[in-house]
Amino acid sequence: MATNPKGPMKTPPAVPATHQTLFETLLELIRMTSTNLPPDVRKSVVDGLEKEKAGSAGEYAMKVIQRNIDIACGVSQPLCQDTGSILFFVKTPVGYDQISFAEVAEAAVAKATELGYLRQNSVDSITGQNSGNNLGPGTPTIYFEQHRSEDLDIRLALKGGGCENVGAQYSLPDSRLGAGRDLEGVRKVVLDAVYQAQGKGCGPGILGVVIGGDRSTGFSYSKKLFLRPLDDENPDGRLAELEKRIMQEANSLGIGPMGFGGNTTLLGVKIAALNRLPASFYVSVSYMCWAFRRQGVKAAANGALKEWIYK
Amino acid sequence: MREIKLTLPVSEEQVRALNVGDMVLLSGVLYTGRDAVHKHLYEGKSIPVDIRGSAIYHCGPVVVKTESGEWSVRAAGPTTSTREEPYQATVIEKFGIRAVIGKGGMGAKTLKACKDFGCVYLHAVGGAAQVLAETVQKVRGVSMLEEFGSPEAIWELEVKDFPALVTIDAHGNSLHADVAASSEQKLNEVLGTKK
Repeated sequence: MATNPKGPMKTPPAVPATHQTLFETLLELIRMTSTNLPPDVRKSVVDGLEKEKAGSAGEYAMKVIQRNIDIACGVSQPLCQDTGSILFFVKTPVGYDQISFAEVAEAAVAKATELGYLRQNSVDSITGQNSGNNLGPGTPTIYFEQHRSEDLDIRLALKGGGCENVGAQYSLPDSRLGAGRDLEGVRKVVLDAVYQAQGKGCGPGILGVVIGGDRSTGFSYSKKLFLRPLDDENPDGRLAELEKRIMQEANSLGIGPMGFGGNTTLLGVKIAALNRLPASFYVSVSYMCWAFRRQGVKAAANGALKEWIYK
Repeated sequence: MREIKLTLPVSEEQVRALNVGDMVLLSGVLYTGRDAVHKHLYEGKSIPVDIRGSAIYHCGPVVVKTESGEWSVRAAGPTTSTREEPYQATVIEKFGIRAVIGKGGMGAKTLKACKDFGCVYLHAVGGAAQVLAETVQKVRGVSMLEEFGSPEAIWELEVKDFPALVTIDAHGNSLHADVAASSEQKLNEVLGTKK
């Protein structure tokens, strides 16, 4: 990595010998996530390519995308130079030391940055200074929860800034769109978000949509929806139906890959609902680019990698 | 689609011969420049390289220094261009660039500057960092690294057959405006609203 002339602002935590295995697992998870798209995403890209007209700009974009996926994996280098927000979703056994985990994760992120698997992507919002190693207030982000298992479930999503910028949050009712506080209103605002994004979010995209919650829980849960495999079925029949309908209607808008025009505007839609206050009705839409970098591992409590989750 | 090979720097005439929908393969030297560089140029400050006749690429690459001390580009896809919309027209006019490379398209001010001063907007495929990095033959130099940090610095890249699509030409046409208009019409049909 090009060194930061002023040096990293935050020294990565030292990794004790007891946590070396976890450090190596996390470093490998970051490398795999940044360089190799999971099989469900690859398949949807192939499906998208087949839907584009021969000789069209949309087909051209999908072909470049497909070639890019293959090269990145072959040379083990970042699929996209914007290695994005680093979002860890971690389930730990009851009583597990999450403070140490966070320190090891920071050390792994700093090392991955040094090795070029991650770009220097953490900027001081007041001074504009890049921290040089992706460490700083709020970066990386780690969502912890406990589960009744002896193992660690560690998932990572890298979400670029271009697609993050086209995310949107609506407060219903929305008079501009004639969207009321029901699933029909949700459908309207989500399609509006797709229209507003055009090609700026590096489509074909994947939407994470949360109905309800508050401004922060809605958005944070919408990102967790990216952990669902693209080809799964929503267990809630009403939401499964809405997902299918939005997918079909969004693809009929003709925005196409990269906004070049074409049939593939979205690769997937994932929707969940949270309870809300009587006074609020938010719809939070996170947009993920086609470079949908998401991977995960199941690991023993000492960090030893047991298996990849998306395979 | 027409496929056209161009070698940078290019003339105004070459640029005006391009149309929306043309696929170009760029060779020669181009310069990365994103938010910090555009603000800097817009404010009338100078840079140590001459970008006249060349292309400015909205890109924050991943660059590493190899063991032999050479810079090596590891990933070099485009970043979202609209952030430079307030600055781009002035940069096209004052610095005489003939192509802006990025993703997501640009707005009315840039469209007008492309027409007035002879420039095109070339859309690279967003996220295709490896396909595009593969076209980089050599890093000729870097400026403003200390001030702006690696992603925001001006990287002088020698490329061969860098692929991009003309989405704004020098005749006032924009694929982005066309797709926005047709998709808006479609959206209104789907939502049953009229505008």
